[in-house]
Amino acid sequence: MNETELAIHANEIRKGIIRSVHAAKAGHPGGSLSSADILTYLYFEEMKNIDPADPSNPERDRLVLSKGHAAPVLYATLAEKGFFPKEELLTLRKIGSRLQGHPDMNLLPGVDMSTGSLGQGLSTAVGMALAGKMDQKDYRVYAVVGDGEIQEGQIWEACMFAGHRKLDNLVVILDNNGLQIDGDIAQVCSPYPLEEKFASFNFHVIHADAHDFHSLAEAFAEARETKGMPTAVIAKSIKGKGVSFMENNAGWHGKAPNDEEFEIAMKDLENIGAELCRSK
Amino acid sequence: MSIKIDLSGEKKIATRESYGNALVEQGKKNPNLVVLDADLAGATKTEIFKKVFPERHIDCGIAEANMMGIAAGLASCGKVPFASSFAMFATGRAFEQVRNTIAHTELNVKVAATHAGISVGEDGATHQCCEDLSLMRSIPNMTVVNPCDDVEAKAAVAWAAEFEGPVYLRFGRLAVPVLFDEETYQFEPGKAIVLREGKDLTIFATGLEVYESLMAAEKLAAEGIEAEVINVHTLKPIDEETILASLTKTGKGVTVEEHSIIGGLFSAVSEVTARNAPAKILPIGIEDVFGESGPAKDLLKRYQLDADGIYAKIKAFM
Repeated sequence: MNETELAIHANEIRKGIIRSVHAAKAGHPGGSLSSADILTYLYFEEMKNIDPADPSNPERDRLVLSKGHAAPVLYATLAEKGFFPKEELLTLRKIGSRLQGHPDMNLLPGVDMSTGSLGQGLSTAVGMALAGKMDQKDYRVYAVVGDGEIQEGQIWEACMFAGHRKLDNLVVILDNNGLQIDGDIAQVCSPYPLEEKFASFNFHVIHADAHDFHSLAEAFAEARETKGMPTAVIAKSIKGKGVSFMENNAGWHGKAPNDEEFEIAMKDLENIGAELCRSK
Repeated sequence: MSIKIDLSGEKKIATRESYGNALVEQGKKNPNLVVLDADLAGATKTEIFKKVFPERHIDCGIAEANMMGIAAGLASCGKVPFASSFAMFATGRAFEQVRNTIAHTELNVKVAATHAGISVGEDGATHQCCEDLSLMRSIPNMTVVNPCDDVEAKAAVAWAAEFEGPVYLRFGRLAVPVLFDEETYQFEPGKAIVLREGKDLTIFATGLEVYESLMAAEKLAAEGIEAEVINVHTLKPIDEETILASLTKTGKGVTVEEHSIIGGLFSAVSEVTARNAPAKILPIGIEDVFGESGPAKDLLKRYQLDADGIYAKIKAFM
């Protein structure tokens, strides 16, 4: 799939995020939009044996959205991939919906792990990677972690274990959008420097642009080539990416757009989509 | 066949030892069974398993929260993980991981904790967990089992290894009398066992307090008080039928547990009686205080959780 095709999928996914969060009148658009290109690349290019007809194939690559509050991006990606009809995105956070506020593996096919309580998802990804090693399977495990989330100590417990066990079938993708609920991560409780931290936990560290598919392609190819240690991709991103008024604004971490804002957001994405179609 | 009970107290085994031995037995049967520990393999006795199946023993280091998450990830890939630590750390430190990543997901993880209660002994209050049953009982999807002796502990592990879903298993550090024999004992989850019949009161006991309660019942019998003694090995789901049937007969109940009287066996039994047939229930347990250092036997005496203490409290209650 070429970069324009990927960008078209990512733009559709962003529309899904905005539509679902607007319909729910609640949710986390900022960190969902920042992860949209990462999930697009993983599901449409990188991950193997992803099949809506066989969502629990034991040989499949797995994705753990450790920053589970970005559930809208996972749902929109799974819908774009064909796991369920896109109309269902409008049930997000509603009574009886399979699209819970945070991902539930027992409700929605395609969700490899229930997440939401920050810091916990990465450990489960480590467990999956370990199981793969024990059973000599070829599948790979991808964990998307927030840059605020790594303030949780459990993240580093998991990293210490993954580095110690040389889990080279594990890739941690750090969505480095720089913002958490209370503001700039560097101001709230700085997790920097990032590269040195992961490197000292025996990770191979790669920097990438979270909104550049060429950069992501290179990063994941390098991760695949890396043997004897897990990889951390520090993906520099923009919170709210794609929606003009949400970009780089911590205020859009956990807030839904009102009707007027929704119109503007969708217009932004329609324009991006039109541009992509022209360049196709 | 009725259960044979040995009250001689001659043969003693700590249920943590039973746990380690049972893991080997179950590990032989199921190649997917894996054991996780957090730098306590010697104390939790998972080292017994490690010696036989080193490749299936995963030491996570001193990081219980991560251990529970790894166990969940392994379970999602078809493994049957037994995650072990002291009760304090397995259910206290890692409470939220157990709740969100194991129980909410209904993943097939067995949280197997040793060193529960004050019989931890000399390590003192920080390591004596008297809240674990309360914590685990409050989590949806969680089955809570507290075996009383070697035979029951091994049977409970065998059952848990076959059962699909989260289970909390409570084991102790102190060597306790082997009450049952393998021929006549059968573990039925959620089914309390009447070990002694009586008409004057019902003693509901769990864990190492089962033996102490049976001994207390002997002393009461010498004075003409006939106590029924029921072994409540499963606190959740609780056996309503057996509890109500016994109390209908005796009209008076006592709960005995090496655990806080808040949230454990007393609560579980009271929840049944309050809903169905109000009966006066005397709680014998840790009365909302922390433990302290000392030899386990002395502590059980100090907190009136040995046969003499139970006897004295019941006498006063009657």
